[in-house]
Amino acid sequence: MSSAVRDPVIRVEGLSLDLASGEPVVEDVSFAVGQGEIMGLVGESGSGKTTTALALLGYTRAGIAVRGGSVQVAGNELIGRDGSALRGLRGKVMSYVPQDPGGALNPSLRVGDAILDVLRAHRSTEASEDSVRAALRRVELGADPEFGRRYPHQLSGGQQQRVTIAMACVCGPPVAVLDEPTTGLDVLTQDRILAELTRLRDEDGMTMVYVSHDLAVVAGMADRITVMYAGRVVESGPAAEVIERPRHPYTRALVAAIPDVHNPRALQGIPGVSVGVGEWPDGCAFAPRCVHAQDRCLEAVPSLDAVGPGHGVRCVRWEELVGHQPRADGGRAATDATGVEPLLGVEGLSVVYRGGRLDRPAVDDVSFAIEPGRCVALVGESGSGKTTIGRCIAGLHQPTAGVIRFDGVPLPGAARSRSLDQRRRIQIVFQNPYESLNPRRRVAEEIERPLRVLRKLGQADARREVGELLERVRLPTRVMDRFPGELSGGERQRVAIARALAPKPELLVCDEVTSALDVSVQAAVLELLTELQRELHLSMLFITHNLGVVACVADTVLVMDRGRLCESGPVARVLSDPADEYTRRLLAAAPRLPHGALS
Amino acid sequence: MSGRLRFLRSPGGAVGVAIVLFVLAVALFGPYLAPHDPTAPIGPDAAPPSSTAPLGTDELGRDVLSRLLYGGRSVIALALLATLLAYAVGMSIGLLAGYSRSKVDPVLMRSVDVMLAFPPLLFLLVLIAGAGTSTAVLIIGVAAIQAPAVSRVVRTSTLEVSVRGYVEAAVARGERPVAVIRREVLPNILAPVIVDSGLRFTYSILIIASVNYLGLGLQPPSSDWALMVSENREYINLNLWAVVAPAAMIALLTIGVNLTGDAIARSLGRSYVPRAVRTVTPS
Amino acid sequence: MTAVAERRGRVRERSPVLAFLGRRMAGAVVAIFVASLVIFLGTVVLPGDAASVVLGRNGTPEQVSALNHRLHLDKPASQEYADWISGLAHGDLGDSAVGLVQGEKHAPVWPLISSPVKNSLILALVTAIFMIPLSLFLGVVAAVNAGRPADHVISLGTLAGIALPEFVIGSLLVGVFFVGLGWLPPVALVPPGANPLDDPKKLVLPVLTLLLASLASGVRMVRAGMIEVLRTEYVQTARLNGLPERRVLARYAMRNALAPSIQVLAQNLQWLIGGIIITESVFAYPGLGTTLVTAVGNRDVTVVRDIALLIAIAYILINLVADLIVMLLVPKLREPA
Repeated sequence: MSSAVRDPVIRVEGLSLDLASGEPVVEDVSFAVGQGEIMGLVGESGSGKTTTALALLGYTRAGIAVRGGSVQVAGNELIGRDGSALRGLRGKVMSYVPQDPGGALNPSLRVGDAILDVLRAHRSTEASEDSVRAALRRVELGADPEFGRRYPHQLSGGQQQRVTIAMACVCGPPVAVLDEPTTGLDVLTQDRILAELTRLRDEDGMTMVYVSHDLAVVAGMADRITVMYAGRVVESGPAAEVIERPRHPYTRALVAAIPDVHNPRALQGIPGVSVGVGEWPDGCAFAPRCVHAQDRCLEAVPSLDAVGPGHGVRCVRWEELVGHQPRADGGRAATDATGVEPLLGVEGLSVVYRGGRLDRPAVDDVSFAIEPGRCVALVGESGSGKTTIGRCIAGLHQPTAGVIRFDGVPLPGAARSRSLDQRRRIQIVFQNPYESLNPRRRVAEEIERPLRVLRKLGQADARREVGELLERVRLPTRVMDRFPGELSGGERQRVAIARALAPKPELLVCDEVTSALDVSVQAAVLELLTELQRELHLSMLFITHNLGVVACVADTVLVMDRGRLCESGPVARVLSDPADEYTRRLLAAAPRLPHGALS
Repeated sequence: MSGRLRFLRSPGGAVGVAIVLFVLAVALFGPYLAPHDPTAPIGPDAAPPSSTAPLGTDELGRDVLSRLLYGGRSVIALALLATLLAYAVGMSIGLLAGYSRSKVDPVLMRSVDVMLAFPPLLFLLVLIAGAGTSTAVLIIGVAAIQAPAVSRVVRTSTLEVSVRGYVEAAVARGERPVAVIRREVLPNILAPVIVDSGLRFTYSILIIASVNYLGLGLQPPSSDWALMVSENREYINLNLWAVVAPAAMIALLTIGVNLTGDAIARSLGRSYVPRAVRTVTPS
Repeated sequence: MTAVAERRGRVRERSPVLAFLGRRMAGAVVAIFVASLVIFLGTVVLPGDAASVVLGRNGTPEQVSALNHRLHLDKPASQEYADWISGLAHGDLGDSAVGLVQGEKHAPVWPLISSPVKNSLILALVTAIFMIPLSLFLGVVAAVNAGRPADHVISLGTLAGIALPEFVIGSLLVGVFFVGLGWLPPVALVPPGANPLDDPKKLVLPVLTLLLASLASGVRMVRAGMIEVLRTEYVQTARLNGLPERRVLARYAMRNALAPSIQVLAQNLQWLIGGIIITESVFAYPGLGTTLVTAVGNRDVTVVRDIALLIAIAYILINLVADLIVMLLVPKLREPA
């Protein structure tokens, strides 16, 4: 399989790592990356991708140990080398770009000195201010000759990430390992960093391993893609092959789960949740979630079979499934609702935070309306004010100016001043499912509370309805007696949705409800919300930073930039023919799959 | 239940609980076991251990063992009452400040800062200088020293919890603030508060024992461990045990409480907020 | 108003350190003022008539009111407070009630406490000289060896130190070093006018007691801070960039653990002040603590007030200095607000 890779610079063979307790974390991972190639290492949380990536630096986190295998980087075997030998290689032969640049820079060190430290460790003769300036110039931070004198907190997130890239490149290592380097960044910044990395590769012929949970990000820049699931490689091959002709059911499902701005289609989630360390089933670990699974899938772990030049897949049924195409529904039919009285009208809404910077309000004179049964998406980067608008509508934040009309009547600012009926008809679902359910309360009690408070149901009636609500959000009724700590993120978000549906609302505010979830779980939650909206004729305000998600769920889109509404209109029109410059930039930067994918 | 008692499995927790139970048993049942009247002389002054007085006699010829068996109740009871009072006051202030977040908070927290910028023992001494010494002054004084720190811990936890989705959902439902605090906030801040209370209790014991030792708290002829240490301090070369035995009892009590608190804190460590995953895109 | 705000804005832009200093100094003055109020209220608001206590059972009502008058205790509380503060501003600490009762015409407080102030300062400084480097050293050693024997030994030692009151530590030390080994004197009496440093042997046990009691919390917090820093991404990134381990520890870990440690050490010094009051009593050392305890026992309110305020000021100043040092250490805090 590695035959397709010419002059491999990285060669991993049969790498296995265990927890101290003996549970395997990574099992028999092999891959090779050629000179000047970028390999995307993709997987959901718990797939072992980060552990594998750190092994490329000869590093294991506390509590994890190598059981066997070989890792060769630029001709150096890393497994079994002692600490000082590895230290000499790190930064010089293979370097590391961390996930969170803000946390990865020493806050009390000027960034120039941080770069100098790396030089001193490996090339002390070249350690000089000039080399630092040159390194900064290469990541396009050279405009200010004094840039190196700044401290990390004086930089933006994008600049911080450029500095960590400069640190990783300053000693000219042939290999760089990038650990989700753009995950915390805005779309526009992410786009620029990705371009930067590609340029560095083109200029220096650096070999890169790019770790990510997001197949769309990787698809744009990688030459090869390796997909991991439950500690094993399930598919590996040339990027175009893997994205356009995925052979493993997991890769297919992953591709189908990615919301795409330019190819709006109904998303398909993967049922179930990805298995954690120590819960691996016998046989194929994906089988319990796989729609094509048969009994024989559970008999033994499938081997990684070659399906094409340099393309391998770990599935016993891959040949039978070649012709099988997943159902590909078209995009959602946009419902036309002109001439209907809006359910919600926001007029001239402004919010100024007390103690904040006075020159710029968080929300500045925003007006829009939501007609009954429609889904309006509110899009913007962090700090654009989109969440504040949602909180104002839910009665959690007092607007500084402006009116919010609900069913024609102006809404009081604080939830407590609203009528019972108003409170019942507007519900909100929050961003982080790990914090949105009371950890000390069982699921049934959590959902009962709004039934009793807002619909004044008795204990018995409320309990009966909890069962129906759980069914509605596709959860088994046995979760009723569970505590949130016993549920996965996707399950918790379903409970939070059930809690919001309990009082029979007419308007549902969804605040970044999928941003804390894995891609496959995100798709399932979005699928559920779209269905619920149709079945219950809900109106929805869908707040998100992800334009791909917008394309999949919304009828109308509002784009926000620094507190102001810069563009609004039907989703199809705005996404295909944006009028505003900012919208155009957002769209251009949105990661996407190549056109051939799944069509 | 077994989950809650998990801390007993760590050696520190088990030893701590054993020590605390032992000291409590001595304080509670000691008076019934005492061989002599703790206030009546039974032999020569400051005599070393003998068959009638296994730990010798004190500076007034009283039986050290009997006084030891009587001497634990006062300090434990006073420290317990003071700590409870501190929690009643501190939790109310902390919840109010943390939950309201707006106008009351800065005022309350500035006052707390001022109280914390004042040497705790000094405050109690000033109070005793002004009002004389009595159990009421000791309890109120120690509670006043502790309450600001309690309110700060409670406020921090409250601030953190009250922006969570389940609290905001309750607010959006229009529930009364009291109901929101009682149902949503309180159960979720109890863990850090309970961990903290062990430390506070130890500290109450330290202060009360110290004041007693200085002769400014409980007055003779009460039998009290701290008082015994100070009364016999001068005669330490005559009967070492009259000083060391009560000192050791205080040491056991405070170390035991501390070990237990530490073990509970460690067992709660990460698990009391299950997998608090940070949000990916703050907005 | 706007002019003031503007000027303030300009100062902040030009020198954030100066602006910070100004803010903190103003804060310290307010804190001292509040401390004086708390001390004053503590001595008057609660029931209890100091003059009659000082005079004892034999005091006639005339004597009581005469003493109250001479101590300015017969005026309304607000007037009494104003007199105390304005007296202090003029360097007059007032008269000792006990001194007056004993028939002296004037019994000014200052001569009574000047030599104890010196003695206490010496005890505190000697202890601090050992305490600061020791708590940093032990804390870092424990953190770097977390989970290994060295850490367990240090952690157990600090647990005892944190849990035991000074008088227990002191008494146990006397039991060992005086009764058991006979090496050191059990008390630290210093004749009036003498310097405690003339006979350093006397100071050993008091200093050791204070050290054991105050080291513990410092070591623990330095250890916790250091462990937290060792877990940060920037330490991991430095290691993954192949920096030598010694450099990672010094420049990446310790440097960032230092700022919080300064605050911990300040807290330790504050604890030290509380500890001194008791430790001096344990060893009969003629310092401010023993003077205060005697005065409290005698209900000598004027002396208690003066000493308490002095201690409170020391407490607040330690905080102020620590804040300034932290400000100079953490680049982020040097920025304009």
